[in-house]
Amino acid sequence: MNSDQPDFHLSTADRRRFSVALKKLLPIDSIIDDADRLVVYESDALNAHREIPWIVVLPDSISQVQEIMKLCSEYQVPVVARGAGTGLSGGAMPSSDGIVLGLAKFNSILAIDRDNLTARVEPGVTNLAVSDHVRPLGLYYAPDPSSQIACTIGGNIAENAGGVHCLKYGLTVHNVLQLKVVTPSGELITIGSTALDSSGYDLLATMIGSEGMLGVVVEVTVKLLPIPQTAKLVMAAFKSVVEAGDAVSAIISRGIIPAGLEMMDRMATKAVEEFVQVGYPLDAAAVLLCEVDGGVDEVDGHTEILTELLQKQGAYRVRVAQDEQERQELWRGRKSAFSAVGRISPDYLCMDGTIPRHRLGQVLEEISDLAESYRLQVANVFHAGDGNLHPLILYDANKADELRRAMQLGAEILELCVARGGTITGEHGVGIEKIDQMCVQFTEAEIAQFHQLKASFDPQGILNPGKAVPTLSRCREFSHRPVRNGAATS
Amino acid sequence: MKQIPDRDASHDLAGAVEQACRAERALNIAAGRTKDFLGNRPDVDCQLLDISGHTGILQYDPSELILRARAGTRLAEIEELLADHGQMLPFEPPHFGPAATLGGCVAAGLSGPRRAYTGAVRDFVLGVTIINGNGEILSFGGQVMKNVAGYDVSRLMVGSMGTLAVILDVSLKVLPLPQLEKTRVLECGSENAIETMCALCGSCRPPYPVSATCYYGEQLYVRLSSTENAVQTAIEKIGGEGLEHDQRFWQEVREQRHAFFESSMNFWRLSMPPATPYRLSAGSLIEWGGAQRWLKSDAAVDVRTQIEVGHATLFRRSSDAQDHASSQQIFHPLSAELMQIHRRLKQSFDPHGLFNKGRMFRDL
Repeated sequence: MNSDQPDFHLSTADRRRFSVALKKLLPIDSIIDDADRLVVYESDALNAHREIPWIVVLPDSISQVQEIMKLCSEYQVPVVARGAGTGLSGGAMPSSDGIVLGLAKFNSILAIDRDNLTARVEPGVTNLAVSDHVRPLGLYYAPDPSSQIACTIGGNIAENAGGVHCLKYGLTVHNVLQLKVVTPSGELITIGSTALDSSGYDLLATMIGSEGMLGVVVEVTVKLLPIPQTAKLVMAAFKSVVEAGDAVSAIISRGIIPAGLEMMDRMATKAVEEFVQVGYPLDAAAVLLCEVDGGVDEVDGHTEILTELLQKQGAYRVRVAQDEQERQELWRGRKSAFSAVGRISPDYLCMDGTIPRHRLGQVLEEISDLAESYRLQVANVFHAGDGNLHPLILYDANKADELRRAMQLGAEILELCVARGGTITGEHGVGIEKIDQMCVQFTEAEIAQFHQLKASFDPQGILNPGKAVPTLSRCREFSHRPVRNGAATS
Repeated sequence: MKQIPDRDASHDLAGAVEQACRAERALNIAAGRTKDFLGNRPDVDCQLLDISGHTGILQYDPSELILRARAGTRLAEIEELLADHGQMLPFEPPHFGPAATLGGCVAAGLSGPRRAYTGAVRDFVLGVTIINGNGEILSFGGQVMKNVAGYDVSRLMVGSMGTLAVILDVSLKVLPLPQLEKTRVLECGSENAIETMCALCGSCRPPYPVSATCYYGEQLYVRLSSTENAVQTAIEKIGGEGLEHDQRFWQEVREQRHAFFESSMNFWRLSMPPATPYRLSAGSLIEWGGAQRWLKSDAAVDVRTQIEVGHATLFRRSSDAQDHASSQQIFHPLSAELMQIHRRLKQSFDPHGLFNKGRMFRDL
């Protein structure tokens, strides 16, 4: 442990006292402390990083969460909040000295406000459940991360989740109005409001994407949107990734903001086609899926422009889905891409860098060169419209050294994203996985400012310690030092 | 096109902050002085930190939809540059004068007519470079659409009224200009105003391509923005009369030069859930589909006692209120717990209390 990280080690007597106090707060079946069941919580979806927690608690009321936080604050016990555990950066990896605060029982949709187009939900409600619930009213919740069947709204807040449609409809931060949050000292506060803005600092934006470091979200009011009248999907196949990347820029330059603009490279396309046979061309170096939605007139107009533009940009095949069924089929391919890659490789790491759009072609080629030098294969499936790459690094954990090489390649890819003017994470979060690369992206003074911001919410540092922001000593140990735009590195 | 001066004053400004820190002298951060009326008055003995000489476009690539500019760059110049490339600031910010700058726009966090339909300043801020209260130059966020590395300091700066840090430059997402904009005027009694506004873009399907709404004097103004066909279709469906010089109309509402704002009374800005029933006096103008309401009142009236949801800002004070050092808070008071987080945040960015002391809340 680094010297500037608080020491959470409790004496045996204190551990006993804490356990006794906890059992007074919660019914016995809401506490898990036996090795067999604790193991379920050892990691999130990034299972390369694991740790068995000391205790898991599963409260079912806000007052229980408040009492738990007060107790943890009194004993200085680390708290890792957890939704469905679908996170991809180890943000919900437990601490062996601490508790996991599972919010699975907070799974109710509390109220729908049809006039103001909002839904008030508990944090353990899954992302898709919100849209499913309001669909009969002609409404939906816009952010749609790939894990939307399983991932929870609380987790979406922690990571500022995006998804396929965020180019047009924004990220979680654009679609949430109000949070109820339990502070580390157990107070219940309301952040944001049901109006479009609120008085004071924009704490709502600070909370969203804060990876469970600032407070425990116990209630969320989300914005709902009317389901677009119609949507059309255009698929375009290119002979080179550079051409496909340029086509993405051309679409945006033309003044069209597609609802979704996704790209898959040859390896991903092949894996998908073998898995679900939706009709992607196997000879393409890159396949683009471009969807426009809105009113019928607008969508028809944009589809026409897109078809022409894609051909002009060198697409050798352009196909407009003729009906809803065909549109869903083409999307099904994209949506099953991760599972499809899972079939062709025993394991894979999913990366999440973002780069300026005009560098897509260049960076994809650089990633391919890096992969070759590590003797690993990389499949690319990503949100091209906003430059958010998801290189999938294929490896076999049973082969000596492959996991280590895969992780190292992943780190190099992230550093490449920073070097090309981008960021180490677009939507999956830093968690534990990218903590060292934070030292590449930020200077020491910036990291120090993050720590001070965290202390404004969590002065004792008990929420999710060791995640999201590296300690300064960790950065000093990390060999690379930031040199960015000639900015001072202090 | 006029050339935007490329002048980097970041190191001078950081030096000035360091010096103020040593001299224990509070600073009043300002540039175009167009929003001096907003918020509490600065202390008399604080020193002006003028950002207006820190100007220039640092990056603008239309196909990336991203613009990065220094804080002292004038909003009007930025908007002109964007318009030359068929783009716009999606949040249509009020200027309140030709000298308005990007930094002031972000610090005040004010958005215009398009806000309810496209988004607010905070929704389009992607990154900032700031000077904190130790004189350190720090960068957060970046020039990409999606970025979750570290806490969202960029958005925290929006609307912070310069109380946390000196903003040096800002990266924004911009959007293409709509192909066509047309405004329709519908006669509408005050009892139906809110309902009609909500129905235009609410849960009913199909939604119309509405980009602004304003209700004043029994008339509902609706701006439609989209492709030519889509605007025409919407016009046929919603009816109403056309409006000549409609650009000027929306500009006047945005800049508070509309006849409604000609008054020496207190002006309150009420921010509330859009469908909140209309129970305000006749002296009001409603925007954002009901979510932003402007109210005129006598200096003695505390509008906050009349609202149950949302919040109220005493946006412009009447000359009476200014003379009598009104005891009313400008910004809606916060709960004790939230105020404590605000104080700690202020302390974390500005440990010596140099920046715009009391501008937002008196003890911040």
